[in-house]
Amino acid sequence: MAKQPQKTPKKPEVDTTGHSWDGIEEYNNPLPRWWLWTFYATILWAVLYSVAYPAWPGIKAATPGLLGWSTRANVQTEIDAAEAANAQINAQLASVELTAIADDAELRGYATSAGAAVFRTWCAQCHGSGAAGVAASGYPNLLDDDWLWGGDIEAIHTTISHGIRNEDDPDARWSQMPAFGDILAAEEIDQVVNYVMSLSGTPQDASMVEAGATVFADNCASCHMDDGTGDRAQGAPNLSDAIWLYGGNHETLTQTVTYSRFGVMPAWTNRLSEAEIRAVATYVHQLGGGE
Amino acid sequence: MSQTEPEAPPSLYAAREPIFPRRVSGKFRNLKWVIMAVTLGIYYLTPWLRWDRGPNLPDQAVLVDLANRRFFFFWIEIWPHEFYFIAGLLVMAGLGLFLFTSALGRVWCGYACPQTVWTDLFILVERWIEGDRNARLRLHRQENWDFRKLRLRLTKWTSWFLIGLATGGAWVFYFTDAPTLARDLVTLNAHPVAYTTMLILTLTTFFFGGFAREQICIYACPWPRIQAAMMDEDTLTVAYREWRGEPRGKLHKGDDAAPQGDCIDCMACVNVCPMGIDIREGQQMECITCALCIDACDDVMDKIGKPRGLIDYMALTDEVAERAGSGPKPIWKHVLRPRTMLYTALWSLVGVGLIVALFIRSDIEMTVAPIRNPTFVVLSDGSIRNTYDVRLLNKQGEDRPFKVTVVADQPLEVTLESVEGDTVMVPADTTFLQRVYVVAAPDSAAARSERVDIRLWVEDVTNGERVYKDTIFNGRDN
Repeated sequence: MAKQPQKTPKKPEVDTTGHSWDGIEEYNNPLPRWWLWTFYATILWAVLYSVAYPAWPGIKAATPGLLGWSTRANVQTEIDAAEAANAQINAQLASVELTAIADDAELRGYATSAGAAVFRTWCAQCHGSGAAGVAASGYPNLLDDDWLWGGDIEAIHTTISHGIRNEDDPDARWSQMPAFGDILAAEEIDQVVNYVMSLSGTPQDASMVEAGATVFADNCASCHMDDGTGDRAQGAPNLSDAIWLYGGNHETLTQTVTYSRFGVMPAWTNRLSEAEIRAVATYVHQLGGGE
Repeated sequence: MSQTEPEAPPSLYAAREPIFPRRVSGKFRNLKWVIMAVTLGIYYLTPWLRWDRGPNLPDQAVLVDLANRRFFFFWIEIWPHEFYFIAGLLVMAGLGLFLFTSALGRVWCGYACPQTVWTDLFILVERWIEGDRNARLRLHRQENWDFRKLRLRLTKWTSWFLIGLATGGAWVFYFTDAPTLARDLVTLNAHPVAYTTMLILTLTTFFFGGFAREQICIYACPWPRIQAAMMDEDTLTVAYREWRGEPRGKLHKGDDAAPQGDCIDCMACVNVCPMGIDIREGQQMECITCALCIDACDDVMDKIGKPRGLIDYMALTDEVAERAGSGPKPIWKHVLRPRTMLYTALWSLVGVGLIVALFIRSDIEMTVAPIRNPTFVVLSDGSIRNTYDVRLLNKQGEDRPFKVTVVADQPLEVTLESVEGDTVMVPADTTFLQRVYVVAAPDSAAARSERVDIRLWVEDVTNGERVYKDTIFNGRDN
């Protein structure tokens, strides 16, 4: 408001503090007194707060505060509350028929979410956070439609519960491929490797295929079946499809046949609850390959 | 260098001077009553309006459903991702304030601000119970708390508290179904958050309207300071015609009287002022331009037979023009200025944008997040599968079948997790997460390429409304 019209002189509108420095005076526009009291009230509040809540740092820990408030206790309360809230649906999940989980939208949604959390905590170390496995180490890809021991919900549940080739669980899935390096000659191994590669249409040395077929029929077909489609009862992989557990090139296959493989998975019954195992089984089943 | 210290330094703090505004009547007072009735009516009654939205949606006309992340406003339903509507309305509110302030000064403060409206209401109640200015002053100065003073004070405070309670109560009704919450509040079954919110708003209304009053405007509110930037010498504000009023003095009849102005120094303008200022001292920070002094002065001018308008809505340019002997500009010249036209244009621009956005938004929406861990999966027959997390938004009040299709230069197939066929039922008023698989046949061009641009379409089978999102398909690149 720059252009205030000229006014008749009046008494000074504002008092001064009485201070004067070289003729420069200081206006006194007093603050409201309640404001001062508010300021004192905040100081009092700060003192009381620091007594009531953890505040003053000590050598080992801060003063605990009279109200006994702690973030750890709060987290524990929240965890307990969450577990109590989920107790009923967990009990339901642990008791229904495995195949019925998918039919109940609420149960399925809960199991998928809970299973994803279990998977990230316990399974992702080997199978990867995206469940794509690690081919070089023989950790199976759980996203595809190829299963070693079966891909329906019951087979997945059994595999997770008891594990594979572990010593801890008598019910663990068990099978062992012989190391053919002690049984077959290097040439026979070369032949059978070329034959196996031909089963899935991988480029191979065609001259060895016929001989390899004989070696395969004599040594491999009992587990991998005559046509190489494998046997889930023994966890014998299907050799005729496009998916390889350790790798489908000549070098890797030679290694596999010569020295064998022995992939191990732990049993989870002693570490996870039945509801958690069923949740993670449901999660794995709906990743894209469930049968 | 000289420095002087006062003998006894003055206090840097001062107690509040209580203000006892006198009753006034006139056109601005009437206007303020109407605005008070309308604004408070809107505030208190809106949560009780019903609006039928069908079986799965709330029937409250205006509802901020925080638990379900929805905002309902009659026929409009705002989802969280459409928050720009709220942002746009806030921008419009801001520009509207700019417009009104540049044209009419602190008109928001004087008429529509909740602090002003509730303080006005509290003063009205105070006047009903304790009487007008003089009676209230006497009661204030009476040091002895006899039965009468105690009774009047307790009645007043109780009334204020009940108004506060109604105010806080009305607020919580906006956030959940009002009739249900009202019943729960009375039967003590409502959520503690409802009670806490009510208590806080009750107490703030009680203290702000009853005791803090003008101090909120002077000390707490930032808006008065910001408004100065929107006002100029053409802005209409409440002002005193000093050239006409001075020299002021008691009204003398007869020819021997010294020449004097129209102001008879009756203090009517000061006594009615809710901010406790004297408008004759010129524009002041405290003035909220409530215009009650205009009503008070016009009344006095009528009585002494002088023209109205000694205190009036007036711009600085008018003051200068009148002193120079010419008349004030017509009001439309004050209101129609480049500045106000610019504010109006911006305001309309945002408004038109929001209306257009409101009409072109669709009842279905989708977002697509391609899964990149891993980017593709080889299936046992050698085909290549990509996975997409597709969120389907069904904004309608009933379950709808959504059909998912893929369009690309290469032949691709689409399947849905846990769903037979390509159509999934999306529940009413939800965001539904559906995993969508897109598969390229073994050794097809798409399977061998590095990536293929694809378009996912979602169609509401019932009415043919459809939306799409462009995304990519990753092949095995060999």
